[in-house]
Amino acid sequence: MTITKRRGAALAGVLALALVGAACGGDNSGGSSSATTGATATSASGGAATTAVSGGGATTTVKVSGTAQGSGSTFQLAFQQEAIDAFQKANGGTTITYGGGGSGKGRTDLKGKTVDFAGSDSPFSDADKPAEPVLYFPVLLGPITISYKLSGVDQLQLSPDTIANIFQRAIKTWDDPAIAADNPGVKLPSTPITVAHRSDGSGTTDNFTKYLVAAAPNTWTLKSGSTIEWPADTQAGAGNQGVAQIITQTEGAVGYIDLSDAVGSKLSYANVKNSAGKYVEPTPDSASAAGDGIKVNPDLTFAAINAPGADAYPITYQTWVIVYATQADAAKGALVKSYLTYLLNDGQELLSDLDYAPLPKSLQEKATAQLAQIKMG
Amino acid sequence: MTAVLTPSEVEPDRPERPPELGGKKRYADRAFTTVALIAGLSVLAILVLIAYATTKEAWPIFQNDAGEFLFTKRWAPNEGKFGALAFIYGTLVVSVIALVLAVPVSLGIALFMTEVAPPWLKRPVVAVIDLLAVVPSVVFGLWGVLVLAEPIAGFYQDVSDVLSPIPIIGRLFADPVNGRSFFTAGIILAIMIVPIITSLTREVIDTAPVNEKEAAYGLGATRWEMIRGAVMPHSKGGIVGAVTLGLGRAMGETIAVALVIGSAPSVITAHLFAPGYSMPSVIANEFGESTGLWRSALIGLGVVLFVITIVVNLIANAIVRRSIKRSRGL
Repeated sequence: MTITKRRGAALAGVLALALVGAACGGDNSGGSSSATTGATATSASGGAATTAVSGGGATTTVKVSGTAQGSGSTFQLAFQQEAIDAFQKANGGTTITYGGGGSGKGRTDLKGKTVDFAGSDSPFSDADKPAEPVLYFPVLLGPITISYKLSGVDQLQLSPDTIANIFQRAIKTWDDPAIAADNPGVKLPSTPITVAHRSDGSGTTDNFTKYLVAAAPNTWTLKSGSTIEWPADTQAGAGNQGVAQIITQTEGAVGYIDLSDAVGSKLSYANVKNSAGKYVEPTPDSASAAGDGIKVNPDLTFAAINAPGADAYPITYQTWVIVYATQADAAKGALVKSYLTYLLNDGQELLSDLDYAPLPKSLQEKATAQLAQIKMG
Repeated sequence: MTAVLTPSEVEPDRPERPPELGGKKRYADRAFTTVALIAGLSVLAILVLIAYATTKEAWPIFQNDAGEFLFTKRWAPNEGKFGALAFIYGTLVVSVIALVLAVPVSLGIALFMTEVAPPWLKRPVVAVIDLLAVVPSVVFGLWGVLVLAEPIAGFYQDVSDVLSPIPIIGRLFADPVNGRSFFTAGIILAIMIVPIITSLTREVIDTAPVNEKEAAYGLGATRWEMIRGAVMPHSKGGIVGAVTLGLGRAMGETIAVALVIGSAPSVITAHLFAPGYSMPSVIANEFGESTGLWRSALIGLGVVLFVITIVVNLIANAIVRRSIKRSRGL
């Protein structure tokens, strides 16, 4: 019965499309006319609909339909799920899927062309770059919290060197002089510190350790990477949830977790000293502030960690949606472009509720402008 | 193989076949032989293809430095160090712990069901064991990490306090860190393989000839003596086979182990209560983010696991064959 309904919708869509096409009187740009043919071809399976998508101020009528698939970063998974839901509601007949799997999987899938877009917290390395040019669209920022469980301590402040020493097990109790020096006037218990980290390879680990390399270069010795060689007397949990669970279970535990998961698990987290010397609380606002001060490369790659600015939270990281600059399938390309337009504009409003930080205005404008570089092959 | 016998050669042995169905049967027979042959060969083909594909993918790491990969323990992907030894060690340790815990329990359950339990109790016990066998491994893993890991840390501490003064054995149980360890992984694996070993063992024990059992009783044997004298010699080969299947599952188990083993790389220690790592769990944890040589190294772990599993199976086969020979008095 759903099949008959869908067919009906598809037919209606095609009729509507024909009317729009007639009304437009043939002054379509190349992009939307190829989208039209694509839609007609795919309407039997997916249905079709007409929507107005606002991109960079100007409103153009782009018709999208069909299916687009993405995979990758679990950091942006919650955002993708919400955004897909809202986008599909606004654009009947479209199907967008986003499977997690990690940034590395997203990049591998995009390179192997098993997905139409990849979510990734790090750009391609030079060695792994696909042969065809890709475009990076930053979609959101987020703070990585230093979450902890320590009875009687509601407010904790940490400097980069102290964090580095805690996570490489040079500091083993909470009343260590280095922690006390960061927290004047706070009574710290002598509870032993349990360090919790990710057992799975993760963009969160990658960016957290990159931060330590950048902010505590003379202290941190374990280098950076999506998996690093943690000391043997640390604990590992799978995913942000796994780390959160260790912290909840263990008095004196500390770990690095995305803000959204830390809030979801009701954990306490520390204020971290930024490069301006100020202790800043991880919030969507302080993460957006970090995004405002950073240097952005022409291809929109950047690293938001250790950003300048008095209000910037220093352990802020970013995630991109990566697509091929030339889309082989015009109908699919139009859908991906339209979805990206949504993510960069209306979609940004979903972020605060999910404890992510929206892109700062400057970055959002650059990313929206880059949409024009997506070409249909 | 029997596949070389053509139907016409088989015919004279079966004169009782109804003649009017002869033509049809011959056709069906030939079809059956072909299908069976294809099925049999496809197993081999799949095995060879798996071995080929994984080895090909893993080739860069073996070419890079096979010695370093197989015989060093340091695993630090962000520094380009890929030593698999600690993972090989971890896999073997958790499997051995699992077998030590599971085999006595499984044999006990199997003997209970076949020789001791009253008939009305037999069926519910069988049902429960079978139920245990179909629980997905991730459920055991989650139970392990959410329920078992926290309280068991205290138990480890108690055991360690009592046993650690003893030389040698004490080392095995020294310095528990937390509830995620080789031993916890071993416990979870033991629970997972008990149903496999139990049901296979039960089937084997059930086939022990009744007249030998009766004869043992007739000679004045007690129940235990009867089991030792009449049931065990007959079942030894089958039990070893059952244990091998359990071991195979234990070595290959991925998610349940990944959740509770503690994920500490580069660790080779005699301390069973220390966190460690096994080959399948490191593959599961790190594959998604891996690239280049790192990815080859992870696939290489799969190849090593494959080889170890084959070796274990060959050894078990040899044991089975020898014990069958011996029990027949050859």
